[in-house]
Amino acid sequence: MSVLRTFETGLRGLLGHRLRSILTTLGILFGVAAVICTVGIGQASAQSVAARIAALGTNLLTVTPGSTVSGGVSGGAGSAATLTTADVTGLQNKSDAPDVQAVAPLVQATASMVSTTSNWRTTVQGSTPDWLTTNARSVATGSFITQSDANQRAQVIVLGATTAQSLGVSVGDSITVSRIPFTVIGILQSTGGQAFTNGDDLGVVPITTAQDVLTGGSPNSVQRILLSATSSDTVGSAYQEADQLLLNTHGITNPARADFTITSQSTLQSTAQSVTGTLTILLASVAAIALLVGGIGVMNIMLVSVTERTQEIGLRKALGATPGDLLRQFLIEAATLSFVGGLLGVGAGLLAGILIPAFAGIAVAITPAPIVIAVCVAAGVGLIFGVYPAARAARLAPIEALRAE
Amino acid sequence: MTADIIRLDNVTKVYGTGDAAVTAVADASLRIAEGDFVTVIGPSGSGKSTLMHILGCLDVPTSGAYSFAGEDVANMKETELARVRNRRIGFVFQQFHLLATMPAWRNVELPLLYRDAANRKEAAINALEQVGLGDRVRHRPNQLSGGQQQRVAIARALVTDPMVILADEPTGNLDSASSREVLGILTRLHDQGRTVILITHDPNVAGIARRIFSMSDGRLREEAAA
Repeated sequence: MSVLRTFETGLRGLLGHRLRSILTTLGILFGVAAVICTVGIGQASAQSVAARIAALGTNLLTVTPGSTVSGGVSGGAGSAATLTTADVTGLQNKSDAPDVQAVAPLVQATASMVSTTSNWRTTVQGSTPDWLTTNARSVATGSFITQSDANQRAQVIVLGATTAQSLGVSVGDSITVSRIPFTVIGILQSTGGQAFTNGDDLGVVPITTAQDVLTGGSPNSVQRILLSATSSDTVGSAYQEADQLLLNTHGITNPARADFTITSQSTLQSTAQSVTGTLTILLASVAAIALLVGGIGVMNIMLVSVTERTQEIGLRKALGATPGDLLRQFLIEAATLSFVGGLLGVGAGLLAGILIPAFAGIAVAITPAPIVIAVCVAAGVGLIFGVYPAARAARLAPIEALRAE
Repeated sequence: MTADIIRLDNVTKVYGTGDAAVTAVADASLRIAEGDFVTVIGPSGSGKSTLMHILGCLDVPTSGAYSFAGEDVANMKETELARVRNRRIGFVFQQFHLLATMPAWRNVELPLLYRDAANRKEAAINALEQVGLGDRVRHRPNQLSGGQQQRVAIARALVTDPMVILADEPTGNLDSASSREVLGILTRLHDQGRTVILITHDPNVAGIARRIFSMSDGRLREEAAA
């Protein structure tokens, strides 16, 4: 029997049993669509959880000057000014530190701020535009300091929410910081408070301005360097790269004698990992169950189909069909059902991926991997459970198959 | 009426083994020449269906020799038997065995699908016309009477132009008018020169043939020619 004719026979077999074919297709369709949706919803939740945890600063690293060792007496961490703007430039080099996303130098001092209505004493930090990224912060109103502000030593300041409220100022107002006039160009988004420091009570000015008028000291030295890794997964490698780079720059061969310390927010990071891990396991099991249920449905209908067609198989054998002819016919029937069901399932899954966010407000992240896996598993399940009974029937003696009720 | 199409020599068929062994056909020998009309008569359980399965290459004998159109079919593999059934034998069953989802001509076309024949639809319609159903080509089996369904089955047996038509109780499920119609068609086919083997339990039916064999407890015996 030719391939074309086998195809025709298989398709005719499906059309001859429309209801059963539609039911089988529906089983596969919903299995595939369910996998695409659950995995999509799960991935979107995992991404949003990861983003929220990252907002807490899991990918942040801080470089502080290490203890000075002079004559065997340790001066304590941060007591030596060993970090320079050259270190900052080095860390910004993408080829040396590919996993470092942003680098911001930091100098800080405590200063008095005076507005037209009140005064307030708080921390003023001098930094660069990367301060936002390396602190996982954002601006609520106005704008942040720019590179040209830093180049021009502009007298502009961005305030924390608490500071702005206490001073009674908004964007565009003028204040003085240590008696020097500054223009408020932005207010930071509130963080809701962090451990040890209040992230909402501070001012940020260009680092050059800070070195000039607030902190003094060498224009090349910085008090701290803030780093952010490209993601919370790359914090480890970013740490290694920064460590190696600074050791080389500072000409230190023994890491134990490093004149700087790099700290990360390791607790947050492990929390983030365990949360995403749990979510992934949850989703994988939901998807697996959805596919299994779809597969069992397919198996049932395929087994029924072959059983109720035993007489047909017997007749076809009597009329000259070889076991191979019958096997191929059922293979094509099962493959067609699975393939059509899988394709429609992908369509339904993609449609749900559009409808669910629109009507339920839940994000769905559609990625190729679950689509491919779901279609392959559905097709595989359809073939295995469709062909096995067919192969058994094809081996049946024709007279017994003909006699079957 | 020259060469023997069917040569069955000392064929025995045993089902089961040991104490449960049942001998369905015992030491049967048979010669059927081309163009013969043969009936095999016997009560149910006499082994006539088993004999028919062996003659139709649907089953192989436990022992003995069977040559069909010069080919040794007793030792053939399943795929070769399928080819012999497709090319040389036309079956008519008591239960008709039409596929309910297909119109009459698709049912008749079925055996042609397994031999890659051309002009299958024309051949199917032509076979339906031969059994007087030229106006029922597109009817489904459930739209046809029992007699018409059996005529579709005969058309399906004819369409491959087989050497032998093997009919197993073809009138078993039919009323007497339809039975006469079906037997009339079989007789006409014989008159046209085809070899027909008819298996039945009904002596009145058996009487239409040229040669009559009877089967009893697995033993085959030729009655006096009619």
